[in-house]
Amino acid sequence: MRLPLLALLAKEPAHGYELKLALEQTFGQAYPSPNIGQIYVTLKRLEQDGLVRSEDVEQTTRPNKRVYELTLAGRDALRAWVGAPCDGPRVRDEFFVKLILAPMAGLADRMELMNSQRRHYLGIMRNLTELQADADPADTPARLLIEGAILHLQADLDWLERCQEELV
Amino acid sequence: MRRQRHPPGDDPPVTPRPEGLPAPPAPQNPPGLLRTSKLVKVYRADGVTVEAVRGVDIELAIGEFVAIMGPSGSGKSTLLHVLGGLEPATSGEIWLRGQRVDRLSTAGWAVLRRQHIGFVFQFFNLLSNMTVADNVELPALLAGATPRQARKRREELLAELGIADKAGAAPARLSGGEQQRVALARALANEPSVLLADEPTGNLDSSNTRDVLRLLRRAHAGGQAILMVTHDARIASLADRVINLFDGMVADDAKIVPVSRTVNGVGDFLELRG
Repeated sequence: MRLPLLALLAKEPAHGYELKLALEQTFGQAYPSPNIGQIYVTLKRLEQDGLVRSEDVEQTTRPNKRVYELTLAGRDALRAWVGAPCDGPRVRDEFFVKLILAPMAGLADRMELMNSQRRHYLGIMRNLTELQADADPADTPARLLIEGAILHLQADLDWLERCQEELV
Repeated sequence: MRRQRHPPGDDPPVTPRPEGLPAPPAPQNPPGLLRTSKLVKVYRADGVTVEAVRGVDIELAIGEFVAIMGPSGSGKSTLLHVLGGLEPATSGEIWLRGQRVDRLSTAGWAVLRRQHIGFVFQFFNLLSNMTVADNVELPALLAGATPRQARKRREELLAELGIADKAGAAPARLSGGEQQRVALARALANEPSVLLADEPTGNLDSSNTRDVLRLLRRAHAGGQAILMVTHDARIASLADRVINLFDGMVADDAKIVPVSRTVNGVGDFLELRG
């Protein structure tokens, strides 16, 4: 949550609720609607770390609101984040570890493990294909994220098949 | 350990039943449309024996959509070809609509396919010297429809698949996605009892795959029974059941159960980091 908030504040100063709305508008359906409490807590920590500063802005009909803006240190942190490559392939190693270890311990049959994992993946895939069919065509971030998830899941299934070929 | 969910047995075939045979016992649910028992396919060439299908018992109910997955060489395509009579079974039984069909002659299979089986392949297999319209009308004409009926059905199908404007074109002038839609129209032209599909999206890009996916979903919703070999989990996930074939045998056979879905939709599957 920290860096997306910094990125939004790099555009313009904003208060907590505006940041929540901006996240929702930018990522559409693709982002779990952020919890406002979590946004306030994160902003407070960013301020403690010197990455943002804030001031109270008086409002006539409502309580004062606290508006946040990026500091120079915040801008540096953001630049470093943007410039750094992100983690490589995600390997679902929890299942893999289970697949290797459980049969050694006599706790499960490999084919059974793979069958139940495949069923689970296909259930998730059903959800994703339904989401894809229902997705708002104008919501590009959501569409691309669904497609990304589908491709990852297909890779997981292909990998499962390779495990089946080699381990059974 | 390989599991066979449907133990071999003599489940009764379902209607229609030829006259004169004893009435079958009450069918188990769901009613069987296509069923195999101990199906085996062995290839022998130059002294080499390959057991491609080794005792498969599967069942497809009326209106059911079943996907067959499994590693390359697990016997998926062979199984589909044997079920469609494109290759003879070595032993075992195949029952379609209550009729035992594994002993049919080549000509008998041809008639059966015309009336009850639609086929879609990875590489479309359209007749290149005929127009799109003729490709789709041909199966209906072969099955005895009048030219008027065949044309009406073809027009409906091409319109439904969004390629009505390609009727007069040669298949080669169409994109891969369009050719696969024509192949699908041809396969559905006779309203077959079962659609057999072998990697129908194996040669398509992701947007064409989505189109074919939508069409299959619609056909299935309209009651079309489908048995499909695929590596593509997107398509397999639309099926009612997925059979996993391994080493020529059924390793798994299970209904697809969607993971419970909550209000945030995509966000619950996908977490942005940062």
